[in-house]
Amino acid sequence: MIAILTRDIRLAVRAGGGFGLGLAFFLIVVVLVPFAVGPEVRLLSTIAPGILWIGALLACLLSLDRIFALDREDGSLDLLATSPVPLEGVVAMKALAHWITTGLPLVVAAPVLGVLMSLPVEGFRWLVISLAVGTPALSTIGAFGAALTVGIKRGGLLLSLLVLPLYVPTLIFGAEVARAGATGLDVETPLVLLGAVTCVTVALLPFASAAVLRMNLR
Amino acid sequence: MASIWEYANPKKFTRTVDVLLPPVAVLAVLALVTGLVWGFFFTPDDYKQGSTVKIIYLHVPSALLAINAWLMMLVASLIWLIRRHHVSALAARAAAPVGAVMTVIALVTGAIWGQPMWGTWWAWDPRLTSFLILFLFYLGYIALWSAIENDDTAADLTSVLCLVGSVFAILSRYAVNFWNQGLHQGASLSLDKEENVADVFYFPLLVCIGGFVLLFVALVLLRTRTEIRARRTRALLARERMT
Repeated sequence: MIAILTRDIRLAVRAGGGFGLGLAFFLIVVVLVPFAVGPEVRLLSTIAPGILWIGALLACLLSLDRIFALDREDGSLDLLATSPVPLEGVVAMKALAHWITTGLPLVVAAPVLGVLMSLPVEGFRWLVISLAVGTPALSTIGAFGAALTVGIKRGGLLLSLLVLPLYVPTLIFGAEVARAGATGLDVETPLVLLGAVTCVTVALLPFASAAVLRMNLR
Repeated sequence: MASIWEYANPKKFTRTVDVLLPPVAVLAVLALVTGLVWGFFFTPDDYKQGSTVKIIYLHVPSALLAINAWLMMLVASLIWLIRRHHVSALAARAAAPVGAVMTVIALVTGAIWGQPMWGTWWAWDPRLTSFLILFLFYLGYIALWSAIENDDTAADLTSVLCLVGSVFAILSRYAVNFWNQGLHQGASLSLDKEENVADVFYFPLLVCIGGFVLLFVALVLLRTRTEIRARRTRALLARERMT
């Protein structure tokens, strides 16, 4: 399982396109927002948590189809499915690899972009925490969507249609943590709920994803 | 012994539908016409809402069915996953567009009512928002069905999507509750409440709900039968080509 993890990370870093791309996309989304809504500081700092969360969500979405599609094309997915490692574990590791290559850089880069969006200083901590807690859920849900659409050619658009509604609870609680943190309100309740969503998806969704993959590989 | 699983046989199912469909359809039309005419022309205006109150006869039944159609799809998906009866998968597929349309009706009638009453077409109220999310789930479900060529794989994948989607739909429902305070009034109908809608509105509403349910049943039966026949035609054509 560790081998799968390192293999996926190495592929993402070396094969190009995957690793930095999500981060660059995140940056561009956040840079474009002031052009669209105007450079007014107060407005920007109000919407900053939401925009940063939306950016992170879209950046995650962008690299989802890479999770299984490439492996399916060159046949390594069949090998993984027949290997002694349970498919659930493979799925979980692939989601983890996706998180390390897209989610984690986003978490690290978020404060820099927070500066661009003139996020209040006290909000930085909670923004980073909310992204760190929430992005694993995004990767796991995304892996489920990728498993659903792995057999479909040009399934990218369908993938977003399927995955985005599933992102709603994570987005609500995550943005709520960031917003409450920026305005100095109580963050405990949304943070706990966000953590609960993440825990449950990480614990249960790999089983659904693995089941779906088996159906697709039949 | 007769059991419900006999209807998993497509032949038996279509034969039953042939018998059942005309009376159900007629009853649905009758109930809808009675309920709507009764509701629109023979009930008084509400003292606060005026005649806009009458949209309740479309709004409440369609909203009710929008949710219950998904529930029916969930049950049908479970039956498909557990017992692998094709009719069940096809029924789930047949119900999805109907449910999506019900969701749209509920949203649109709600908007039409909300404009004069709340002064806005749309508010990010928990109920409204969760209905919109439900609509997105319907869209994803329908899109996934149409995207996959192999029928059995499509049935499998959409069933799992329906299960996971149900969990997330419920989760979203409570998440949006947390996210914004409501503008929408409480339930108009419930069994454990003293105070429901006043009787003058209540009875035509019940007739309308009955009509909508019958309409839904008729549409699902019809669409399922069409699917079965389409599939049989495909199979026959394929056999013809073989010989």
